[in-house]
Amino acid sequence: MSAIGSSHNTECMWGETMSKELLRMEHIVKTFPGVKALSDAAITVHAGEVVGFMGENGAGKSTLMNVLGGVFPADSGDIYIEGQKVEIHSIHDSQALGVAFIHQELALEPYLTIAENIFLGREMKNSMGMISKDKMAEAAKPFLERVGLHVDPNEFVGRLSLGQQQMVEIAKSFSLDAKILILDEPTSSLSEKEVNILFQTVNDLRKQGMGIIFITHKMAEVFQLCDSVTIMRDGEFMGSLKSGECTESQLIALMVGRDLGNYYVRTFNEPGAVVLEAKHIHAGKRAVDCSFRVRSGEILGFYGLVGSGRSELMKAIMGLDPMDSGKVYLDGEEVKKANPMYMQEKGVALVPESRKTEGLLLNNTIAFNITLPILSRFINHLSVNTSMEDKIVEDGAKALHVKAASNRVNCSTLSGGNQQKVLLAKWLATNPKVLILDEPTRGIDVGAKAEIYTIINDLAKSGLAVILISSEMPEVMNMSDRMMIMSEGRITGELKHEDYTQELILKYAMGVEE
Amino acid sequence: MMNNNRIMRPVREYFKQNWGILLALFGMCLVFTIFGNNFLTQTNIVNLLRTCATNCYLAIGVQLAIILAGIDLTGGALAALSGVICVMTFENAGLPMWAGIVAGILIGLIVGFINGAVVTYTEIHPFVVTLAMQSICRGTAYLLANGSPVTTTNRSFSSFGTGMLGPIPLPVVYMTIFLIFDFFLLNKTRTGRHIYAVGGNETAARFSGININKIKILVWTISGAMAGFCGVVLAARMSSGQPATGEGYETDAIAAAVLGGTSFFGGTGTVGGLIIGVLIIGVISNGLNLMHVNSYWQFVLKGIIIIVAVYADRMKQKRQNAAK
Repeated sequence: MSAIGSSHNTECMWGETMSKELLRMEHIVKTFPGVKALSDAAITVHAGEVVGFMGENGAGKSTLMNVLGGVFPADSGDIYIEGQKVEIHSIHDSQALGVAFIHQELALEPYLTIAENIFLGREMKNSMGMISKDKMAEAAKPFLERVGLHVDPNEFVGRLSLGQQQMVEIAKSFSLDAKILILDEPTSSLSEKEVNILFQTVNDLRKQGMGIIFITHKMAEVFQLCDSVTIMRDGEFMGSLKSGECTESQLIALMVGRDLGNYYVRTFNEPGAVVLEAKHIHAGKRAVDCSFRVRSGEILGFYGLVGSGRSELMKAIMGLDPMDSGKVYLDGEEVKKANPMYMQEKGVALVPESRKTEGLLLNNTIAFNITLPILSRFINHLSVNTSMEDKIVEDGAKALHVKAASNRVNCSTLSGGNQQKVLLAKWLATNPKVLILDEPTRGIDVGAKAEIYTIINDLAKSGLAVILISSEMPEVMNMSDRMMIMSEGRITGELKHEDYTQELILKYAMGVEE
Repeated sequence: MMNNNRIMRPVREYFKQNWGILLALFGMCLVFTIFGNNFLTQTNIVNLLRTCATNCYLAIGVQLAIILAGIDLTGGALAALSGVICVMTFENAGLPMWAGIVAGILIGLIVGFINGAVVTYTEIHPFVVTLAMQSICRGTAYLLANGSPVTTTNRSFSSFGTGMLGPIPLPVVYMTIFLIFDFFLLNKTRTGRHIYAVGGNETAARFSGININKIKILVWTISGAMAGFCGVVLAARMSSGQPATGEGYETDAIAAAVLGGTSFFGGTGTVGGLIIGVLIIGVISNGLNLMHVNSYWQFVLKGIIIIVAVYADRMKQKRQNAAK
């Protein structure tokens, strides 16, 4: 699968420690006004088992976990913990039963120390009745030890990396005597290095007999880490497979209900002339002496570990962040003043990484979002050409198969995949020559990913120069003609499609010197 | 059919969006008609609209700032400063009357521009910037006027604030013109959409190639200019530039904006809603006066209204979030 981690022996686990059932949820039903979120959901977790929990967005994974975590109660269904039938009415109930839910967005106080966070609400006091930092720091140590976080418990949480903060959350769950740990897409914002550490910790926890539910969209993680995979679709339990005995396409088939085969879509074509060229770009420590060029009809992949400076390099080129020095050429002509408006006019579009913060106005309509960069096309002299506006929006949304009741609904009501399509439609409406895609498939389900790949492929075929930034190696490997690999702000490698190997790419990405 | 749609759809939308506060406005009018004396008389309605007008000038600016997820607290004090400068220009400096009016509006514009520039380039929260500016304006007004009102006997100046266009007071005419401009700005121009975009999500707006700094400076400049105009009209009505005037006016303006459905989260707010908000605030003052309620109660009531209105918005946001 991959070169990293994965030393545990699945067979052995199933044989020895997996006897005891920790959790069984059956026939869980949950209805929200207008939507049946769960119709017949189920999941079973044994002691010492890591259960991969997969399904398309909206399949009901989070809803089921929220029921288990006590965020809201189920309408009906049974929950057994260690064979005992239980009722969970509140987060408190859930914690008391030994369930710890580590959310994707971490809920720690940045201005408190690690120890203070772990014992938040249960502060330890000294003989004077005052809060004792020393006592708490001492008490926190064994928990930090268990997750392998070797940091001073008096360090402020805000100064830790995201990966370390996750460890603090897990350590906190130990202090609450958790037996069942829910990890909701824990690797989505971690670097590859941090992912390794997380996996090691999860492996250790497995040996200690914990039951772990690992929600993920990444196939590699399932095969690398999980003992079994539980799959949901449309609020229903679809099946549970031993990860050693199934294949990717089997899992995908269960998730989407159809065999997608190879869900990367790429037909290579002969690239044309160089459209965008960047020479010796410097932008602080984020980008150091970066040079590259991209041709029309070509997809140039940008791979690197999280924080390697790929997004930052692109933002500097777009004029979104300051650039210290370097030159950018468009169609051979030097770009004199880099600012987002100018670059957009010249036909360079950056589809940013974060849909929520950088990409969309979630509380505005699809139409508002798609037309935002191109208002001048239909608003002039105090008059809005609504039929033209409607047409632009209609065409954009239709071309990308945005699924929504109408183009006048707020983007917040759409699924992640559809939001991503709106974001793409918004930038395609500007008729770009160069399209920079920053993590275009992050956090969206497999079906939507396949659709996005098809769109990207079509765009390249139509002669667009595409830059594809991605942290998922298979994505860059399958979709790109050429790949630039970055590490700590520098471009450390360039590979042609035929030379791609995971080992080589990772070596460049980790900045390993020859 | 087509015509029907183009006219009826916005009207239906308007009622759907604002039925709550429309009902409140209607209810208040009903209560005051029954229990107050002479609420529904032509003289009173004209009076009512006249008080609404000065609040409306400020409220237009304040609403724009709130749509940007900001605030402008300078209004009342800036109006006082503008009134003082306006009258002094033609009384003390010997310039023609129109120059005074221009100077009053201009000082508002300049102070607003400074507000916008400071907010934009220092990234200090607009609450702090405009609160500080409020103090600066009030102090400057007192200093310039030497602590007492600057009076004028210029008839044509006072008619600028007290004159009538047929049965309609001039301030109400100005208000109508400004509201129309405001409506076009927010609904029919790129700038208007950019204002909503910057308020809704500043980062996304920046990525969309919108000049955020320009939009911010523009909004506070408009707000300042409106306060300047408000000050000129007040001075004309009182035939004097009074450094103490306009105390607490920004509260009324904020109340009108939030009552009209402008969210402190930014990115939303309509001119249609603002009009109802302004009317409600006007009706409350007017109606309570007619019922001979101690005017200090109005302050208490307006404070309560702001909290209730913002709470209602908060609940709306929560419902929207829950629906996701």
